[in-house]
Amino acid sequence: MQLARVIGDVVATRKDPSYEGITLLVIQPLAPDGADAGRPLVAVDSVGAGVGERVFFVRGKEASFPFFPTEVAADAGIVGIVDHWSTL
Amino acid sequence: MILARVVGEVVSTHKRPQFEGAKLLILQPEAPDGSKTGNALLAIDSVGAGRGERVIAVLEGRAAQEALGKKLAPVDAAIVGIVDEIDVSE
Repeated sequence: MQLARVIGDVVATRKDPSYEGITLLVIQPLAPDGADAGRPLVAVDSVGAGVGERVFFVRGKEASFPFFPTEVAADAGIVGIVDHWSTL
Repeated sequence: MILARVVGEVVSTHKRPQFEGAKLLILQPEAPDGSKTGNALLAIDSVGAGRGERVIAVLEGRAAQEALGKKLAPVDAAIVGIVDEIDVSE
């Protein structure tokens, strides 16, 4: 998993049918010091995250597990909203 | 599996139910000599690792679910061991 900030949402009318009713958000991965780490990506949301929130997301087919038994064609998914984090 | 150092922890109230009761730690991957390699990541902890400790982590969904003990948990990384000592001769 990785930390990220939600920076936007995506509207797509024509899409894979497995995406029906699922929110797609644009997230910016973050380093533990809060700096941007790498490129923004699109993730499916299963926790009701909103723009501006800090979240953590999972990569790979596990991104579709929250929607079981629907097998969503996704490779990144937000699975938690972060209250705060601390580093050494 | 990879070697990594526990460098922080994450607090999250609103998350997928499979994360309830699991500790979520921030890991910095490391080479055997202790130098940093690559970007930090989050992993669930199933062995009671603490801050500053050197650990072994799996970076794969099924292995992480196994460590968490929950099938269909949306996790892709888990700490599976605490390193006592590493002996690399080359």
